[in-house]
Amino acid sequence: GVNPDLASERQTASFSVEKLTAWLDGGAEQTRLRRAVVEAIERDPVFSRENQYFQSQNERYEAAVRKAVHLQKKMHEMGWSQDGPEFKYIDRAVAGDIAFLLHRIFMRSILMLGSNEQIAKWIPLASQYQLIGSYAQTELGHGTYLQGLETTAVFDVTTQEFILNTPKISAMKWWPGDMGRSATHTVVFAQLYVHGKCYGIHPFIVQIRSLQDHSLCPGIIAGDIGPKMNFEHIDNGYLMLQNVRVPRENMLNKFCEVQPDGTYVRRGSQKINYFTMTSVRISLISGEAVAPLMKACTIAIRYSAVRRQSKLKPGEQEAKILDYQTQQEKLLPQLAAAYAFHFINDYLQELFDRGYREIQRKNFDALPELHALSSGFKAMVTQYCTSGVEICLRACGGHGYSLLSGLPSLYTKIIASCIYEGENTILLLQTARFLVKSFMAASTGQSVPPSVTYLAAAKPRKCPAKNKLDFLSPAIYTEAYQHMAVRLISSTAAKLQDLIQSGAKKHDAWNQCTVQLAQAAKAHCHYITVKNFAETVEKLESKAGIQKIMKHLCDLFALHGIFSNAGVFLHDGYISGAQMDMVTASYLDLLAIIRKDAVPLVDAFDFTDKSLNSALGCYDGQVYQRLYEWARKSPTNKQVSPAYEKYLKPLLHNTRSKI
Amino acid sequence: KRRMMMNADLRRERAAATFQPELLTHILDGGAERTRRRKEIEALVLNDPDFQHEDLNFLSRSQRYEQAIRKSSLMVMKLREYGIADPEEIYWFKSFVHRGRPEPLDLHLGMFLPTLLTQATPEQQDRFFMPAWNLEIIGTYAQTEMGHGTHLRGLETTATYDPATQEFILNSPTVTSIKWWPGGLGKTSNHAIVLAQLYTQGQCKGLHAFIVPIRQLGTHEPLPGITVGDIGPKFGYDEMDNGYLKMDNFRIPRENMLMKYAQVEPDGTYVKPLSDKLTYGTMVFIRSLIVGDSARSLSRACTIAIRYSAVRHQSELKPGEPEPQILDYQTQQYKLFPLLATAYAFHFVGAYIKDTYRRISGDINEGDLSELPELHALTAGLKAFTSWTANAGIEECRMACGGHGYSRCSGIPDIYVTFTPSCTYEGENTVMMLQTARFLVKSYTQVSSGQRVTGMVSYLNDLSRQRIQPQHVAARTVTVRINDPVSLVEAYKARAARLVEAAAKNLQAELNHRKSKEDAWNRTSVDLVRASEAHCHYVIVKLFTAKLSEISNAAVRAVLTELCLLYALYGISKNTGDFLQAGILTDAQITQVNQRVKELLAIIRRNAVALVDSFDFHDVHLGSVLGRYDGNVYENMFEWAKKSPLNKTEVHESFHKHLKPMQAKL
Repeated sequence: GVNPDLASERQTASFSVEKLTAWLDGGAEQTRLRRAVVEAIERDPVFSRENQYFQSQNERYEAAVRKAVHLQKKMHEMGWSQDGPEFKYIDRAVAGDIAFLLHRIFMRSILMLGSNEQIAKWIPLASQYQLIGSYAQTELGHGTYLQGLETTAVFDVTTQEFILNTPKISAMKWWPGDMGRSATHTVVFAQLYVHGKCYGIHPFIVQIRSLQDHSLCPGIIAGDIGPKMNFEHIDNGYLMLQNVRVPRENMLNKFCEVQPDGTYVRRGSQKINYFTMTSVRISLISGEAVAPLMKACTIAIRYSAVRRQSKLKPGEQEAKILDYQTQQEKLLPQLAAAYAFHFINDYLQELFDRGYREIQRKNFDALPELHALSSGFKAMVTQYCTSGVEICLRACGGHGYSLLSGLPSLYTKIIASCIYEGENTILLLQTARFLVKSFMAASTGQSVPPSVTYLAAAKPRKCPAKNKLDFLSPAIYTEAYQHMAVRLISSTAAKLQDLIQSGAKKHDAWNQCTVQLAQAAKAHCHYITVKNFAETVEKLESKAGIQKIMKHLCDLFALHGIFSNAGVFLHDGYISGAQMDMVTASYLDLLAIIRKDAVPLVDAFDFTDKSLNSALGCYDGQVYQRLYEWARKSPTNKQVSPAYEKYLKPLLHNTRSKI
Repeated sequence: KRRMMMNADLRRERAAATFQPELLTHILDGGAERTRRRKEIEALVLNDPDFQHEDLNFLSRSQRYEQAIRKSSLMVMKLREYGIADPEEIYWFKSFVHRGRPEPLDLHLGMFLPTLLTQATPEQQDRFFMPAWNLEIIGTYAQTEMGHGTHLRGLETTATYDPATQEFILNSPTVTSIKWWPGGLGKTSNHAIVLAQLYTQGQCKGLHAFIVPIRQLGTHEPLPGITVGDIGPKFGYDEMDNGYLKMDNFRIPRENMLMKYAQVEPDGTYVKPLSDKLTYGTMVFIRSLIVGDSARSLSRACTIAIRYSAVRHQSELKPGEPEPQILDYQTQQYKLFPLLATAYAFHFVGAYIKDTYRRISGDINEGDLSELPELHALTAGLKAFTSWTANAGIEECRMACGGHGYSRCSGIPDIYVTFTPSCTYEGENTVMMLQTARFLVKSYTQVSSGQRVTGMVSYLNDLSRQRIQPQHVAARTVTVRINDPVSLVEAYKARAARLVEAAAKNLQAELNHRKSKEDAWNRTSVDLVRASEAHCHYVIVKLFTAKLSEISNAAVRAVLTELCLLYALYGISKNTGDFLQAGILTDAQITQVNQRVKELLAIIRRNAVALVDSFDFHDVHLGSVLGRYDGNVYENMFEWAKKSPLNKTEVHESFHKHLKPMQAKL
């Protein structure tokens, strides 16, 4: 049965959980489909993750390969396809614990960067798993800064081949997933040289392992890069190339080609490369950042409704820890953020789809804005969600530290998202570059992209709020965020200008302003997130109590941001000291209000127990029983440890003579 | 020879330092002689083949446990063989042997033996101490249960006295009462000191400690009535067998209750202890260790991140020039140098608390407990403040190392997972902050009623003068000079006073509106935590500033003054709201503070590597490929990776088992 402490939380929900779930999914039909897919996967014992926390790196890797292979069979059985509506739900069900994720990137890069002939040659082989692909971009010495990559591909006119080399240790490919043990092929990014001239980074398909016995091809040194914080199931690999020759046709040549005589031809816009990155950055937000935060909130909030500790009132039962203000202050802002970012993901997705349609019509105008937004939001959302998951972990006290809580693995996984697909600080600075440029343009009356037109609008000097209830008005707080973003962007732009005018070189001036620039970029994204949340709430019908609770969450998200960044709002007196006390009061009031719906709000995310894989976060709240039973299954309790016979026994029996 | 092999960037960095790192090392160690002795002990361990082993990153959990227990048993024997008995020297030896990681005998050495010494009667010491000293008895300290941690009164294990047999009957009456987490309990120990609610003559007398045998001497099998095991895998602490313990009508003789203070007589009569404040002492001591641990763990992470940032080159700052060291980027400096300053600040705070404890514990033994409440409140808050900051700081260091920080070869993941539970153990941090707040509010109330308070809270005395005018406490103007640490201490003081007063007033307002004290306290707890944080922050800035005047070498003093200024100013720039709202600093001053922080980054830049070298972590202890002293990072990453378990065979068995059959079928 369900733990009564959790059951009582559900009885008092102010809204329909089922309806909220359907709305989050984009309709009841989607919910039905998602549940069917998740159930089919979870019912299949091959996909079980129950033993995951007990397994070694080797065992995790093997299980991931087994699952990846089994998934092919399963998809065939179920009639699911890569392009079908079920596909994104498969990802959710297997929770990333599967091999060959890079195989998909391998295919995607060929589809995007390859010519029609290349697509016709490689894609059927890849979809049939006649080969297993990886994507080798990052090197030991260089990551986000792609121009710095050192692998070389020299065109040999006589044999019509490229000769690939790893000229020094820092040029070794390092980190690509599936490459350490599984991949037979990989797309290698290398500096292209033709007739002694360097043409920059280009992609080449390189075979690295034999299709017969899986041994390494001549000239290839490859292996696993060793244990990491997480992703034990993935064989992130290294790759060293020694005079490896590939035919001219193996350079992906939709946009650039080396002709037989060595003539280099560029087709189309280079900007399209940005578009691939943009698409990846946007696509990771939902699955890699928001979903883990939702899971962490589910675990921590359910557990906080079950765990009782100390007494709030003498003579009464010990209180649920969720009733402590400090606990609410840790968890509820994270819950609000999970919702805020779910909606910002919708916003970005829509923007992206629109941009994609334009690009297909050869209109690249929206690209700079899209690139800036995707970089900034990737950085802001991954950073925010990462710290949110960590807060949830620590809010679960000692039990959060057990792997069986599910939280450590959520955390160690999500933190990688702050680095991959562009290191966050660098991404924020890219956004900042766009913002400064837009600000300059706007202040000289030129037209700017829609998301930054606010930079030109005239602003009131003071926040008009008169009491704490005024701060529950989206117009009031959205304007405060807007004001703050404009101030940070304009003051940074002014400082940059000053430095240059006083004789500093442009790049020096830039470096001296980078701390402020990164802050300004974050402020911009924070503002857009608040604004989008408020607009989303406004568009909702007031049915089923959903709008009301979403409005509370939106208020909480906004006021939490002001409360925890008070200085930037107080700085020019836009918000006064007395108003800041009102913000704090309203913010703390909201915690108590949302507290009542906290459990239904995480239930609405609709994660199954199996996908949470947590002793603390199960739907039925039988926390302690489950923790105890699961721990007893630990191999440390089943196998006899050699330590006793080898070390403990002599220690316990023989010591007197030695000491 | 070492110099020849050194990475050119690091060599340049070290040559450009403006001070001698050794001198700073001596200050951190507490004198040149202490440094010499520390290195001597370090050499004993490093040169001992018994303590060498494979890289732990490649071992499974049970292999790690096995290594740890092997080293622990050798460690105990060698400590005695070498005659190392000073607690600090034991600590060094142990942390070199285990490379900063926990080990299965931690609880035996750190809790079981000391508890016997302080709480056992002479008769009990005769029975248990020597066997435990000789490791025939290996014990642990079983306090935390599944259902309760920091809130001790909630523990549910019972010990019911049976006068007929003169025994205590121990029971775990619920699932939540199962002992959970004690280190060394799962597999290693054969005894445990169990904390249980004592029932005698039908009454509950609260928590008491009992010595409980749990495994058969000889076979090491659990005794009848005892269910014991390992609680499974954790975030870190792989080498520790944290355990569970369930007792079903398990009987122990009356003499197994630790009876130096409280007693149960044969007929079941309960004799109360004289004072319950004494247990404070142990808590203060252990929490003060965590403050030092925060400093050391953060120092290790800073050492790795700063050395690596001096070796790694990336992108371009100036067009056409070679790629710069990433340490030259302002954003990178902004991530790392405030943490470096924090690590130094925490070192000095840790040393201060240790000294204060040592001083006061003399008084305690003579029955003078007057200073204990303040020290207790201060260490609770500082334990929370420093462990939270270090916890986040270690992660920032790791993130500053980009992708490679994520690899276990960086060593930072291990530092993090080992350190992060200190936010929870020995008192959950939020609860600790609220304990400090209780003391602050009490002091504030005393001042309001006209009494004077002493010690670190004496700034609250200024409030009484403010009473005359009905103005906000901090509305008086503090003229803050942002280049003067002493003046910044005043600014932090004003902020603490303002937040303590605000929290106390809000608490009073809640009390005026509501019935229960507990409710009012709960509804103010976010404010109360903020007040405690501000108080702790003030104490740290104050202690760091005070340390500067003790330093005789001018070059060292100069560089530490820069760090102290950075620590204080960065703290302001991260909490500008508090300083602005209280009117302590103006908008213009905040802008200056932000600017000054960036100038200091550029100044500290030239000494950054020397400042982490001064922490003097040996490569073996650091356990990081990225943080190597010689800076030869990339070659060694490759060497390290080749040893990965996945690389044991050229073709992984998964190929034959799964990949090949699939390819054949499709």
